[in-house]
Amino acid sequence: MIINHPLLGPRDSQEFVYLGDAALIRRPDGMADGALDKFIDYTYLRDNPAGQHRELWYHEQGDRSWLVVTRNTVSHEITAVELARDVARTEGRSK
Amino acid sequence: MANALKALTPLGHDAPVSETIGPVTITENVGVALASLASRLGREAEVATVAQAAGIPLPGPGRAETASYGAIWLGPEQWMIEAPFETHEDIVAVLKPLFGEAASITEQTDAWVRFDLTATDLPALFERLCGHDLRRNGTGSATRTVIEHLGCYVVRRAENQVSVIGPRSSARSLHHALITAAKSAF
Repeated sequence: MIINHPLLGPRDSQEFVYLGDAALIRRPDGMADGALDKFIDYTYLRDNPAGQHRELWYHEQGDRSWLVVTRNTVSHEITAVELARDVARTEGRSK
Repeated sequence: MANALKALTPLGHDAPVSETIGPVTITENVGVALASLASRLGREAEVATVAQAAGIPLPGPGRAETASYGAIWLGPEQWMIEAPFETHEDIVAVLKPLFGEAASITEQTDAWVRFDLTATDLPALFERLCGHDLRRNGTGSATRTVIEHLGCYVVRRAENQVSVIGPRSSARSLHHALITAAKSAF
């Protein structure tokens, strides 16, 4: 499998480490009301779609960037690769 | 003990090792001081201005450049800076006053071993070593990839010259891998 790194171009998936659902970048605020329930959802509950899935990959043997990869879990076709930093920024978090 | 404090090279000898196998020459290079440079959040423009004034190139993704200093892109807003060991042994003391609080700078010289390889057909050698395709990545390309299970930087200095910068603590394993590939390729 080839992941088309947004900065470095096509790289072999052997260079990457898979983390899981891209929803993991939306960590709840631990100081807010109802934080416990939100953290239980955040820690344990995942969608497991047969089809399009957004997931986090880490370019461990490359530039060590975190990526959000949109991949079809049935065909393994990758339709989009973004820097996780850019995804977080477009959602109004980070700086 | 005449010279008890003389440093050993990464391969553990008094002098750097150089070996020629057919058209390939693999030379341990101990003449370069290294420091990593990372812009601090919001200070990127300031770092670019200071670097330009000091002759430090800041190449884009997957590239390496040389001006007064050499530089290799490591990641977004991160570079490895190279300078001659003779004049810049304490490279952080030289760079820190330039950048002040705008960048984080860390001494890297003794963390790495650098092998310089020259050969007429380097792609034939590197296709046996790593997934980085030198046929598509010409002079000035630089990337981190895996060689012999080790995270190494592969820097193409010229058409027939490549530097492999790998972890110093695994210098002999990396050297063995390079020698084996050279014997296999030519």
